[in-house]
Amino acid sequence: MNDSIRIKFSRRELLAVGAASAVATETAGAIERTVPARAAPAAREATVSVSLVVNGRREALRLDTRTTLLDALREHLKLTGTKKGCDHGQCGACTVIVDGRRINACLTLAVMHDGASVTTIEGLGTPQQMHPMQAAFVKHDGFQCGYCTPGQICSAVAVLQEMRQGVPSHVSGDLTARPILSAEELRERMSGNICRCGAYPNIVEAITEVAGKTAA
Amino acid sequence: MKPFSYERATSAGEAAAMAGRTPGAMFIAGGTNLLDLMKLEIEAPRHLIDVNGLSLDRIEPTAEGGLRIGALVRNTDMAADDRVRRDYAVLSRAVLAGASGQLRNKATTAGNLMQRTRCAYFYDTNQPCNKRRPGSGCSAIGGVSRQHAVIGTSDACIATHPSDMAVAMRVLDAEIETVRPNGQKRTIPIADFHRLPGTTPQIETAIDRGELITAVTLPKPIGGVHVYRKVRDRASYAFALVSVAAVVQKDGSGRVALGGVAHRPWRIEAAEAEMPNGAKRLAERLLAGARPTSQNAFKLPLVERTLGAVMTHART
Repeated sequence: MNDSIRIKFSRRELLAVGAASAVATETAGAIERTVPARAAPAAREATVSVSLVVNGRREALRLDTRTTLLDALREHLKLTGTKKGCDHGQCGACTVIVDGRRINACLTLAVMHDGASVTTIEGLGTPQQMHPMQAAFVKHDGFQCGYCTPGQICSAVAVLQEMRQGVPSHVSGDLTARPILSAEELRERMSGNICRCGAYPNIVEAITEVAGKTAA
Repeated sequence: MKPFSYERATSAGEAAAMAGRTPGAMFIAGGTNLLDLMKLEIEAPRHLIDVNGLSLDRIEPTAEGGLRIGALVRNTDMAADDRVRRDYAVLSRAVLAGASGQLRNKATTAGNLMQRTRCAYFYDTNQPCNKRRPGSGCSAIGGVSRQHAVIGTSDACIATHPSDMAVAMRVLDAEIETVRPNGQKRTIPIADFHRLPGTTPQIETAIDRGELITAVTLPKPIGGVHVYRKVRDRASYAFALVSVAAVVQKDGSGRVALGGVAHRPWRIEAAEAEMPNGAKRLAERLLAGARPTSQNAFKLPLVERTLGAVMTHART
């Protein structure tokens, strides 16, 4: 999956993205679960086994059912790159990529993702070998305090993939046409990631560079 | 969060049966609203039935020439579906006007219908709220009510339904398919799905205990120009102050529903005869009997102007 999200767009590739809307239906949660349903209330436990593939590594956890995916990553796997901001799905600091899609890790339970593949900021790149999006954020000063940055970067990587898949947005002029990269599109698509320092213009520049096009 | 046990459903019928016989059980799909409420202990299920493994995530044509959208279809997938974009653009537009990319990737069709109000007093557990604690009173009446409903309200509740998607579905005459704990299936027209608050604002939908939504069906396409116009305090990622879902035909006739103004998507079919006569006449008919507060009376002219903008857009 890491390969599939490490996509650098050229302008040509971006414009050539099919309007055929190859939306990732294969990731939409159709996977038949193998864990049998437990019937007797007496047998119900508040602790569950959860297996996750995080940044390519299989992790087996024993968790309270209440554990969010965010807390599983931060508190149990010690992957503190993913940040807890509001913990209510409003700020986007906890954005991670699960089975190819960006989601708010705070608004989902770890147990709901048994068997899933999770990519966090730690899995995108390393200080020695940064993901192109990480490098672009550094180059364009796409942050100030940095707290929202891991979420911004995970979100940005997924945004470019969503555009490539032909997913339309609120500001897409023609709903049936392929989305065209613009600052307006990026601002709309990134609106679930709040930056208290207000680094938005630089974030848009960074994403635009990775997408292979200068800001509109 | 209060402790709860958890299990995965293997079929829709079994999920409903399980929910029917388990006290304090709730279904969880996307979880983007439920977990938010559970963290605040506004919802405190003792048992969660995870329905994500059910095969309800497809969009299929119906025999009648419409579409059946599975209950688990994610908002992103619905909005991006070629058939929805082409034939039901108002629905695609409405979904894209709501939430954020991250939330739309997780939130489901059924969950969107079942989501609860974002009334700040419903969320503030230190305040009375008839929806959260029946009989405790309504803090929004006489409180900060700029966001609240202007029509269909009661002395018990002035909350709005927050969905954009449901407003478009209302205009498209969608139907909701469910299965009950006894295995019985039924179809609920969207007009009957969301309730007005009356004296029981805690009862928000026609869904019974243990009843599981399996799909939403759309009748065959009706053509026309599809518009969803949402007016809000930010350009993105905010709930509607007022929204308009409209399908306008060449002769100026059509259908229209409002969001952000009531406890359910607001549509008055009889008012649609006024569509060719302009926004003012239409707004008057749609909002007849409105009871705004001093803080949200602005929504009445805002509805008229938004309708005007939508009809102008549809003509061009």
